[in-house]
Amino acid sequence: MATATHGAEELAKAEAGMPQLDFATFPNQIFWLLVTLVVIYFVLSKIALPRISTVLAERSGTIMNDISAAEELKLKAKEAEEAYNAALAEAKAQAQQIANETRATIQADLDAATAKADAEISAKAAESAKAIAEIRDGAMDSVKDVAKETAKELVAAMGASADARTITAAITARMKG
Amino acid sequence: MEGNIAELGKYIGVGLTAIGMGGAAMGVGNVAGNYLSGALRNPSAAASQTATLFIGMAFAEALGIFSFLVALLLMFAV
Amino acid sequence: MATEAHGSESSLVFHPMDQFKVTPLFGEGPVHWYTITNVTLWMAITVLAVILLLVVGSRGRAIVPSKGQSIAELAYGFVYKMIEDVTGKDAVKYFPYVMTLFIFIVFSNMLGLLPLSFTTTSHIAVTGVLAVLVFLFVTILGFVKNGSKFLALFWVSSAPMAVRPLLAVIELISYFVRPVSHSIRLAGNMMAGHAVIKVFAGFAAIAAISPVSIVAITAMYGLEVLVAFIQAYVFTILTCVYLKDALHPVH
Repeated sequence: MATATHGAEELAKAEAGMPQLDFATFPNQIFWLLVTLVVIYFVLSKIALPRISTVLAERSGTIMNDISAAEELKLKAKEAEEAYNAALAEAKAQAQQIANETRATIQADLDAATAKADAEISAKAAESAKAIAEIRDGAMDSVKDVAKETAKELVAAMGASADARTITAAITARMKG
Repeated sequence: MEGNIAELGKYIGVGLTAIGMGGAAMGVGNVAGNYLSGALRNPSAAASQTATLFIGMAFAEALGIFSFLVALLLMFAV
Repeated sequence: MATEAHGSESSLVFHPMDQFKVTPLFGEGPVHWYTITNVTLWMAITVLAVILLLVVGSRGRAIVPSKGQSIAELAYGFVYKMIEDVTGKDAVKYFPYVMTLFIFIVFSNMLGLLPLSFTTTSHIAVTGVLAVLVFLFVTILGFVKNGSKFLALFWVSSAPMAVRPLLAVIELISYFVRPVSHSIRLAGNMMAGHAVIKVFAGFAAIAAISPVSIVAITAMYGLEVLVAFIQAYVFTILTCVYLKDALHPVH
């Protein structure tokens, strides 16, 4: 390489070098850095961070509230279910009772009706029996009369005469026998 | 090719210094690899140690950056 | 811009560091401490983006959040959980400081990924100030909260007596290296990613390999999006770790 290029290189190096080590620019950078840091610090600590932390706290508060509200609702639902179950059981018991009562009433009615019917039946039966007995008695008397007549006729036909008292006695004895 | 012997030495020096960054690369790889093998053994403890991982990587890398810096200084500032 | 200095010699020109130049926004001239430069512009855009997300996005104060509000809440919850998990519940009062750091870094990193933008966090001056602020804050807080007991951080009481002085020296050194590594990690990562993308972009000048170069840029871009977030995360979580040391210095 010729000296000219070397000189150019030297010049370029002086231009380029490492800008990080150019101490002339340090005060400038440090000054603006400090300004920037102070501005960011105040923006953050006065506005941004309190706001964000409030929002986060509010959110966690809301979530907590919602969770506790949900818990409460769950509890209420449980209570409602229990109440429902209790009501259901009561209703069932009542229904059972009503059914039992109804059954008992019906049974009583039935019993009464049966008893009445029985009584009527037995009364009718007794009446019928009486009627039958009367008829039978009537029939017996008629038989006695018929037998007496027949016996008197028979005796008369045979040519013998018998008084009525003897024939009656004989027939009564026969019929008893 | 004619030239300046000082330039030659400078560039050789820069190249040698750059080797230092290879060491840092191995160091960082070592940190990450050991972290990974540890994390695979015990994944539940891995999440709590990521900060340590990055600190370790930063320390390992800083030394590589030092050698890089020396290379840059040799290249541009000396 | 890139072709000006070297253009005549070859088609391959790499000026990966040009994108990090601090230049006055209006006119030419030296950069004074008050000059309005591209640093100012991109920091202002960062502030606007932060306000847009965290203030305008959350203005609804809705119980069921909108998209913007849920992103703002996500960012809030992310950092809040980080500081609570790593540092402990008593550190929650330092949450605004940590949140400021995180939001600033993550927005700067992400905005820096826009084409033609300027990445404020790729400058050691910026990250150095951030790291030194954390370092001073933690050290002062440690001494205010714990007094001389804060020095127990360097006196490893679980080690044998013989090695304790040696360990104390090592702990002391590592304590003072903290701001250095803290700042260089962030700036280095940002610078490296952007420079690599720029180098790949330089290869695109050769027609034959320009498709490869575009694929490589795309892949690097995806990685850089990841790195931009992870570095903000790492910076914040290390701040939390240092805070924990300040609040509970027992080793």
